Amino acid sequence: MLPIDVIAVLGKFGGYAVFVLIGIGFGVSLELAGFGDSRRLAAQFYLKDMTVLKTMFTGIIVAAILIFLASALGYLDFSQISVTQTFLWPGIVGGLIMGVGFIVGGYCPGTSLVSAASFKIDGLFFLIGTVLGAGLFGESLPAFEDFWNSSFTERYLVSDWLGWSIGATLFAVVVMALAMFYGAEKTEEFFRNKGKDKPWSWKISKRSYLAGSMVLLVTAAMVWIIGQPDPVRKWSLMEGKYAGQLAARDVFIHPLEYVKTYNEASIKLVTLDLRSENEFRTFHLSGSENAKPEDFLNPGFVGPLSQLPSQGVVVLIADNDSVSVQAWKYLKVQGVNNVYILENGLKNWNSLFEGKTISGKTINTASPPSEVLQLFPKDAYSPKIKISTKKRSGGLCS
Amino acid sequence: MKIKTKPYKNPYFAGTILGVVLFGAYALTHSGLGASGAISRIHVALTKLLWPSHVDIISTFALMGAGDHNPLDHASVFLLIGTFAGGMISALLNGRLKFEIFKGPQISNWQRLIFALIGGLIMGYGARFARGCTSGQALSGGAVLSLGSWAFMFSVFIGGYAVAYFVRRLWVESN
Repeated sequence: MLPIDVIAVLGKFGGYAVFVLIGIGFGVSLELAGFGDSRRLAAQFYLKDMTVLKTMFTGIIVAAILIFLASALGYLDFSQISVTQTFLWPGIVGGLIMGVGFIVGGYCPGTSLVSAASFKIDGLFFLIGTVLGAGLFGESLPAFEDFWNSSFTERYLVSDWLGWSIGATLFAVVVMALAMFYGAEKTEEFFRNKGKDKPWSWKISKRSYLAGSMVLLVTAAMVWIIGQPDPVRKWSLMEGKYAGQLAARDVFIHPLEYVKTYNEASIKLVTLDLRSENEFRTFHLSGSENAKPEDFLNPGFVGPLSQLPSQGVVVLIADNDSVSVQAWKYLKVQGVNNVYILENGLKNWNSLFEGKTISGKTINTASPPSEVLQLFPKDAYSPKIKISTKKRSGGLCS
Repeated sequence: MKIKTKPYKNPYFAGTILGVVLFGAYALTHSGLGASGAISRIHVALTKLLWPSHVDIISTFALMGAGDHNPLDHASVFLLIGTFAGGMISALLNGRLKFEIFKGPQISNWQRLIFALIGGLIMGYGARFARGCTSGQALSGGAVLSLGSWAFMFSVFIGGYAVAYFVRRLWVESN
């Protein structure tokens, strides 16, 4: 199932080679569109040539349709796709600054690269400028670092904001893009220097444009109708990837490993207790939260768990394995990293510490301190928790 | 080898290739396309060459190249190398690989180069501010429907249109 992590599969150098190949595809498509030519890019802002808008939005909707179609059909796990983190206001301010740089210099960073690669001197100067600008930013950042780190959300989609499904949002975006293309054609017709500008190398009839639009619309509608897989369907698609971990009991941790993790300051531990409310009220581990099995199908509940920092660990507690395993499956397929199950729940919890004392005092079993670990032999359990620090956000911009 | 300069491709055709490449990037690497991160890494590498201790002091530089960490040892740098190579290959095959300066009709070559440098400086600064450039934030984030990326994208256009009138001498013909 996609996405593949090429660096994990092919090793560092094989992976880097794939990045070079993807880059070549990127560079070729930018050059073919004419993005190595500053006049063409700048003309976007004088309404004479809307190539920037047309190419960019075509790229966006084609990629979006492919991504969400693959996800709807079960070929791609969208929870593993890196979505750039949102820093809303710094993003908007940075965008405004970039708009100014765009019209003054005639390029953006990616296009100046392609321009310089095709020996355009102005592209090269712009590229040198971006290197210097990146440095200047680092030097000046201390003056406004708080603002730069403000209004942060890890993974926030347009669909979350609208409260729509991904399919409906995608369809709306495609409709909007097609309307913008129509507007762009009309605008160009109106503002173009008649007779002077070169025609496209492809003269396409109106009918072909209509056919292309229909393909996009119908595919987007299909994505909407099929829908993105819910956790139940996702598990049936992804069982092969995770079932082995369950069978080998790699995700069941010993109570003492829980105590160790609980006392580790560097780990952000979330403990979810799936027992009944009554049992929870009678006794629960300090810091744990009571959760119901159906919570694990609720995106509002799971969302924050999938956005824990890389040192985040989720531990599930239940009276029987089938309940905790079910919850574990749902969390895994929704992209939550580092999920573990407390072996046997709390059934043997209290008896484990029975009769043990630390400097004469009995142990608070709801919140056992790390000293407890010294009362047991070192090999009392085999540690299972491996913090996977796979970075799924940030992407290539950072 | 002399190749006749061919016109650019239909923007929707080029955009479709771009979209397929972007999907490929997501499918093979988890993340989309980008350029500004690698540009920043080149800056850090250059700074490190000239003034190594300075890299450890500035927080954003240190993240990329503090201590004996090589700032260029990162996937984004290889994506950048590929983008450069791809641009060159396509320009070569289409007869566009030649030394020239693209500019509006009203300004001299030197004026154009100075404005390109200034524009690049502003762009490089803004791209770090927005944590990504047009390709990383707008294109890649837009395709996965990230709200911040859409807000960013529209603000780039707003910024450009707001200033376009005042710098029109750089690009348009005199009336």
